[in-house]
Amino acid sequence: MKSAALAIVKPVEEPETDMRETPRPPSTALREPLRREPSRLEAILRPVFLPAVTFALVLLGWTVMQAAFLPAFPDVPTVWNKAVEIFSNPFYVYGPNDMGIAWQVMYSLGRVLAGFFLALAVGIPAGFLIGANKTFEQAWMPLIAILRPVSPLAWLPIGLLVFRAVDPSAIFVIFITSIWPVILNTAAGVKAIPQDYLNVARVLNFDRREMVTKIYVPATLPYMLTGMQLSLSTAWMVIVAAEMLTGGIGIGFYIWDEWNNLSVPSIIVAIVIIGCVGIVLETGMNFVRRRYDYTGKKE
Amino acid sequence: MTERHPVLRISKLGKTFETRSGSFEALRDVDLSIYEGEFVSIIGHSGCGKSTLLNLVAGLETVTLGGIFLDGILVDGPGPERAVVFQNHSLLPWLTVYGNVRLAVDKVFAGRKTSAERDAWTREMLDLVNMAHPADKRPSEISGGMKQRVGIARALAMEPKVLLLDEPFGALDALTRAQLQDSVMEIHARLGNTVVMITHDVDEAVLLSDRIVMMSNGPAAGIGEIHEVSLQRPRRRLELGEHPDYLAARTAVMRFLTRNRTDKAA
Repeated sequence: MKSAALAIVKPVEEPETDMRETPRPPSTALREPLRREPSRLEAILRPVFLPAVTFALVLLGWTVMQAAFLPAFPDVPTVWNKAVEIFSNPFYVYGPNDMGIAWQVMYSLGRVLAGFFLALAVGIPAGFLIGANKTFEQAWMPLIAILRPVSPLAWLPIGLLVFRAVDPSAIFVIFITSIWPVILNTAAGVKAIPQDYLNVARVLNFDRREMVTKIYVPATLPYMLTGMQLSLSTAWMVIVAAEMLTGGIGIGFYIWDEWNNLSVPSIIVAIVIIGCVGIVLETGMNFVRRRYDYTGKKE
Repeated sequence: MTERHPVLRISKLGKTFETRSGSFEALRDVDLSIYEGEFVSIIGHSGCGKSTLLNLVAGLETVTLGGIFLDGILVDGPGPERAVVFQNHSLLPWLTVYGNVRLAVDKVFAGRKTSAERDAWTREMLDLVNMAHPADKRPSEISGGMKQRVGIARALAMEPKVLLLDEPFGALDALTRAQLQDSVMEIHARLGNTVVMITHDVDEAVLLSDRIVMMSNGPAAGIGEIHEVSLQRPRRRLELGEHPDYLAARTAVMRFLTRNRTDKAA
């Protein structure tokens, strides 16, 4: 009798399903002989060993190519010596147009962070308005749709015209770079807030302020962080190009300056530095995201 | 039921939805009084408007015709005195189990209880639903049944005049569902709160309720029959199976639902 009634029950929805579950192999019979358990030592060495092999291969290819076809290109020892030279005195200041590599990187980082945080200050509230209010969305989305695909560098002349200085213009370009992902992701996050959360808030008679601080912001945070991560990594790419055009100081200017000096080894060192700083930014953002993103389960 | 004092009175209630394809009358002329300490289930086929009825009582939907009165005062809008346990638990995923209950406690008892008292009250409510242990876990780290326990604790923490349960066990497996039903019965026995529960499970309705309100099918659904369940409390599910009152109630509800079913609903 009990079971008869239970049959009326709706099919059980399984909320615990982990979407990221690894797909089951199509046939274990085929896979079995190919796979064996990796030993612990192997597990530790692989992430070090495999990239080391890749790097070694690239260096080897570089050496061979340079010797065979590109005598004008610096060889590996030359670049290495240049790197040692650059890193031996990263903080020197010989005048406003001649500073150590650390200053160059820090100026670039400073511009990126300034533009990025300005974009957050404007983009997050704007995203909230667009996500929460249909009128705002209809009014602003077409404009955003037109401006978003434009390379941020196209704004540089306008920045220079308006601000008549290098620093604010570069920051302005980064601001333009960063703002679109922040607005769009925040708006998407606000729209994705389940009605259930809002119902909870309504039963509790939350006022507008409580609604924003206790429901809207925390519910949207993962989306905002995604937008921020996107912004920051793009901004770091754009700053190099912007500084090539503005001149003065910064890692982008440094590359252009060394090109004018025909010092290709310095450029290669700078490329590696830019990549490493990019990794640091990415890791930092990942850390922040993991800290605040409630949707990701703990690894 | 010595003193018959209606906590909740639903009077000539009607609800019409304005949709793009015209208006849809979901409920018509619903009259129902619910008394202090009573456990009332509302049962009906899916789409009969029972969830609409609950949303109207909760204030989450606006009334088209008639009125809903709580202690004689017209309901217009949601409020913690009509706390809802939602079908999908609706816990806020960025808060811990404790945080979810505390959020409600902080809001409802702001100015009336000190921080220490609110903390104690939150923990008492979690204890009541046997969720004191995982208080620091996030909703994503606990099972569906546990989530629903927290949802119940959150609603109870508001000290509602009427506790509204919207198919609270619908998404749970049969064993978890039985456990939670027992918990709800225990809590109801201890606190004596007034409860309105939406369900589509006949056994659940008979086991838990003092009265079962059976709703006719929509559009323009209304109350078809009301069956009083006279079974003694505390009720034990294993002993009830052969009890004549249990069988009578079950048969009455089943007969109503079978008679009212539309061809596609079966």
